[in-house]
Amino acid sequence: MNNNNENPMAAQQDNSASVYPQQNSNPVPLTQQEGGSAYPQQTVSPSSYPQQESSAPLYTQKESGSAYTQQDQMYGGESVSAIPLLQLNDLCKRYPGMGSYMSVFHMNLIIPRGRIIGLLGPNGCGKSTLIKMINGLLTPTCGNVLINGLNPCAATKKVISYLPERTYLDNSMKVSQMVGYFADFYEDFSTEKAFQMLGALGINTEARLKTLSKGTKEKVQLILVMSRHADLYILDEPIAGVDPAARDYILRTIITNYNPGSTILLSTHLISDIENILDDVIFMKNGSLMLYTSVDAIRSQMGKSVDTYFREVYAC
Amino acid sequence: MAWEMSSDRPIYTQIYDKILVRIVCGIYRAGSRLPSVRDLAAEASVNPNTMQRAFTELERSGLIVTLRNSGRVVTEDMQMIDNAKRQLALAQIGSFFANMRELGYTDQEIMALINSVISEK
Repeated sequence: MNNNNENPMAAQQDNSASVYPQQNSNPVPLTQQEGGSAYPQQTVSPSSYPQQESSAPLYTQKESGSAYTQQDQMYGGESVSAIPLLQLNDLCKRYPGMGSYMSVFHMNLIIPRGRIIGLLGPNGCGKSTLIKMINGLLTPTCGNVLINGLNPCAATKKVISYLPERTYLDNSMKVSQMVGYFADFYEDFSTEKAFQMLGALGINTEARLKTLSKGTKEKVQLILVMSRHADLYILDEPIAGVDPAARDYILRTIITNYNPGSTILLSTHLISDIENILDDVIFMKNGSLMLYTSVDAIRSQMGKSVDTYFREVYAC
Repeated sequence: MAWEMSSDRPIYTQIYDKILVRIVCGIYRAGSRLPSVRDLAAEASVNPNTMQRAFTELERSGLIVTLRNSGRVVTEDMQMIDNAKRQLALAQIGSFFANMRELGYTDQEIMALINSVISEK
């Protein structure tokens, strides 16, 4: 607990020491960080999350333009004008009774459209807390979340399809009733797609949820979430309880149903299983953003898989 | 069935190589149409953006060509395909020799061994 208490602070100090001068030395971080060497630098210490106040000239809407800078490093010349799908500004969460420990600590992040992004990190590093704040289930202690430029509200829930970490379905309902329920609830829900996927996984749609195994329940829930036509899918541990064969099917489903304008943000520990379908990865540590880069960048610059890299970074 | 990927290289380069082999050995024949990015991504169990990137690289090398109406086709330039085939073969031979030398064989010994294996057949 005490340890945890201090780490984010330590990281912050590290950061201001190492990143600040660099950034100040060049008013346009984009050009400075463009080169291939940007990634290794960032991975050396958990200091890469953007804290610097140095104004990013491209983005003036908020106090610290760092999130844009951060993203720009990764993708180069994306258009500035479009409102980002998801933007986190200096986001923090402190749970009551946790002292000064921040579960999410000053996160700045911009997530563009059309990506499949893995949210990775050890247990208790703040992944689910972050996800809950994006979905409006938790109120940030400071900072804010913008989805298509809006704070979490009914309108943003329309465009986010969220798979929570635990089941929330009514156990006494039949699978088919659940599909109807979702179809009533969400305009963008495709009943046809849901039944097609249920059929492919051999799930009896007349069974009541309480009669299903844990894994099957998870499959049903994931199918319901993936049957929507959302802008942003947020999947909290989607494949943990699912057998390897069904896992392959689900990943294939994600790939084939994926529409180029949507983004999928998924948290998981099964990195090697999902690595091939990810565009980017976000590494979190002690509530802070540690690294946000592409899978290809890790592979080509580290010469190792994201899975191997994760094990090294978070070695106990 | 997902394609086997090794962990030490970017995925798109591995897909590039796999599609290249398919072109060279005639699974995708010269002038024939390639499957869509999405279908191939599903077959390989990789992200469509990754598959797209591999296709872009193949286009850059000239081995596949994008036609306005009929999607992507394999080049009809047989010489280019033969060239790619030769490059792949040379790479195989190169790594074979590297492995053999690691075992302590000289080039003469390797040749002698190859000849004896062939004559046994």
